[in-house]
Amino acid sequence: MTQEELNNIIKPENLVYEKSKIMTNNTLSFCPGCGHGTAHRIIAEVIEEMGIQEQTIGISPVGCSVLMYNFLDIDMQQAAHGRAPALATAIKRLMPEKYVFTYQGDGDLAAIGTAETIHACNRGENIAIIFINNGIYGMTGGQMAPTTLEGMQTATSPYGRDLKIMGNPLKITEMVAMLAGTYSVTRQSVHTAANVKKAKKAIRVAFENQKLEKGVSFVEIVSNCNSGWKLSAPAANKWMEENMFPFYPLGDIKVEGKLVK
Amino acid sequence: MTEEIIIAGFGGQGVLSMGKILAYSGLMQGQEVTWMPSYGPEMRGGTSNVTVIVSDERISSPILTQYDTVIILNQQSMDKFESTVKPGGILIYDPNGITHHPTRKDISIYKVDAAVAASEMGNQKIFNMIVLGGYLKVKPIVKMENVIKGLKKSIPERNHKLLPLNEQAITKGMEIIEKI
Amino acid sequence: MEKEVKLMKGNEAIAEAVIRAGADGYFGYPITPQSEVIEYLMAEQPWERTGMVVLQAESEVAAINMVYGGAACGKRVMTSSSSPGISLKQEGLTYIAGAELPCLVMNCVRGGPGLGTIQPAQSDYFQTTKGGGHGDYRLIVLAPASVQEMSDFAELGFDLAFKYRNPVMILTDGIIGQMMEKVELKPQKARKTQEEIIKECPWATVGKPTTRERNIITSLDLVAANQEKFNIKLQAKYKEIQEKEVRYEAIKCDDADYILVAYGCSARLCMKAIDLLRANGIKVGLIRPITLFPFPSKILFELANRVKGFLAVELSAGQMVEDVELAVKNKVIVKHFGRMGGMIPSPEEIVEALEQKIIGGK
Repeated sequence: MTQEELNNIIKPENLVYEKSKIMTNNTLSFCPGCGHGTAHRIIAEVIEEMGIQEQTIGISPVGCSVLMYNFLDIDMQQAAHGRAPALATAIKRLMPEKYVFTYQGDGDLAAIGTAETIHACNRGENIAIIFINNGIYGMTGGQMAPTTLEGMQTATSPYGRDLKIMGNPLKITEMVAMLAGTYSVTRQSVHTAANVKKAKKAIRVAFENQKLEKGVSFVEIVSNCNSGWKLSAPAANKWMEENMFPFYPLGDIKVEGKLVK
Repeated sequence: MTEEIIIAGFGGQGVLSMGKILAYSGLMQGQEVTWMPSYGPEMRGGTSNVTVIVSDERISSPILTQYDTVIILNQQSMDKFESTVKPGGILIYDPNGITHHPTRKDISIYKVDAAVAASEMGNQKIFNMIVLGGYLKVKPIVKMENVIKGLKKSIPERNHKLLPLNEQAITKGMEIIEKI
Repeated sequence: MEKEVKLMKGNEAIAEAVIRAGADGYFGYPITPQSEVIEYLMAEQPWERTGMVVLQAESEVAAINMVYGGAACGKRVMTSSSSPGISLKQEGLTYIAGAELPCLVMNCVRGGPGLGTIQPAQSDYFQTTKGGGHGDYRLIVLAPASVQEMSDFAELGFDLAFKYRNPVMILTDGIIGQMMEKVELKPQKARKTQEEIIKECPWATVGKPTTRERNIITSLDLVAANQEKFNIKLQAKYKEIQEKEVRYEAIKCDDADYILVAYGCSARLCMKAIDLLRANGIKVGLIRPITLFPFPSKILFELANRVKGFLAVELSAGQMVEDVELAVKNKVIVKHFGRMGGMIPSPEEIVEALEQKIIGGK
């Protein structure tokens, strides 16, 4: 294709996708095929579409998404491991008119930060919690997470997760759904176009809910960690569908304060 | 003037609140005051004591080993604190329940039969105010008007109807204290 | 205007003073001997008075991280605890120091180690003045010795915290926290408006307008060279604090042959000991550090030229005494005296220690 032919294609009327203005020009630090990049994008799109860049404060965790502040063009705080809901609690209580969200992985939210997660949810803070569950500690090299499935091999369960020794995978999303302080709880994924659309809608609802002052909106995104799982990206998504989804089924768990599952 | 006092008795005898009223009275008179309680498990039922210091000058240590005045309201406190009265100092005690009476010869000893007087007045809660009255008779370090002001500041407003009763108790203590 | 004078516990006085200093939030978890702070605040309902937020967190860890979140928004926020709880807060404190956030923390020290005792101690000096958590950082440390100072240091603490974007620790103990004294309360200061915060704290995460770059509060820099640069900047800040913010009180030092060095409740005990010693013709003075970091080294160095010895008196096995030794630089004798585990020495014991360790010592 010549440059002239290319230039004929690159025209506003032919544009089918544009990067959100809330995404910076920094190159994402995630592995190709990882769900984090897509999750970042749909959060950015929601903020842009709602026109709330100036009113939004995000909190990045410790883990692969620690550098989220490099990719979203909003004010952000980086929290100590697991403490994001505590930060969010204070921010929202001190500035109730703002939109506040945390973005946390499974180790962050469901292991070291369990107390902060449960209590922020139980108090009914008017925040959004976005929880990326890939069943593994990605950043530190693929160790076992609280959500690692039975039999799943990780660096700290090299012969597979043995429930007798290592305990059971934790369905923390179902747990927080039981608490009176959560208003909406849902489990989504971002591995197909259709799922991305649903996940984006869930995130939009989680942001909009903050104005209702009815408690926490909790969005779990089941995602892959192809490098941690030691699979190619397409194989990782297939493995996720076959193994993660049966244990962590997608769909709404709590809608407008009522359990639906 | 610096007056260093310890008040010691059972939890529930109003030891801490008596100290607080005395400290507030000093404050209302424009003096420096410190109120230092023993705190911890003993505040739940066991022995209780409080150091009160009233002074015209900046107060140094809230923790003392010797006192100008020692007010003793039970036997355990007698055993512990009789020896802490400075030579020439004052020991005031309620003899009710005391089996070993004070024996020191180098101090002035007073008794105030406050538990009995409180029963006669029909209200055990004013026990500590009777003791306070006795003390103020012996050592009038604060004027009565300032004691009333101190009382008002120390007692929650909903109990201000009890102010006259407290005042009567202080007067009663002044009447019944006697030197041994 | 008539002065507002009250009889208050140290713990109550600081709670009231924090409201009056225009604080935006307090986040805490109960622990003896300082639970009166949150009890007072909850009873006082400052959200009705000034709009100040008060929250009982699920743990000390959560409370200090709530402080991180609030401080990162440019808000005046505080937490308080006692020794075991302060150990739990160290993670948050090093993140706060690393992110250069201003906040106020109070430690009402009790005897340790471990769960220890609920009685007063000063055995957290090292933890407080030398860092506490991981990494090269310092807290600005204020040591009140009276209920009045507990009250006054709330506003001073916030001012220093915001001036240097650094956490400030009020290091007190069960004696100062539990005793009642006369306190003159300051008038209510208005809380900062959002406009004032945006102007005075351009770094705060308050939502990104199109007119500036996004604000990021973090302590992470994966590039070692950048992290070293940041550390050098931090150290320069601490040096400036050491040059400008030393506070101490000198009592009867002018004609003194011997100097007691003591902070907080120990300083009060020493004041009594000095009276007892001077009554016996022994000329003793007291240097009472008000800031423990920065430590008043210079005055101790100067005094070392003309006094015969120093006795550091603290409720610990000997922690501050190391800073006294560093300041005096072996010019004259420096010794430590203290009790541990919640025991409090009497003024008479201090007299005896000075006589045996310094006057009769070598």
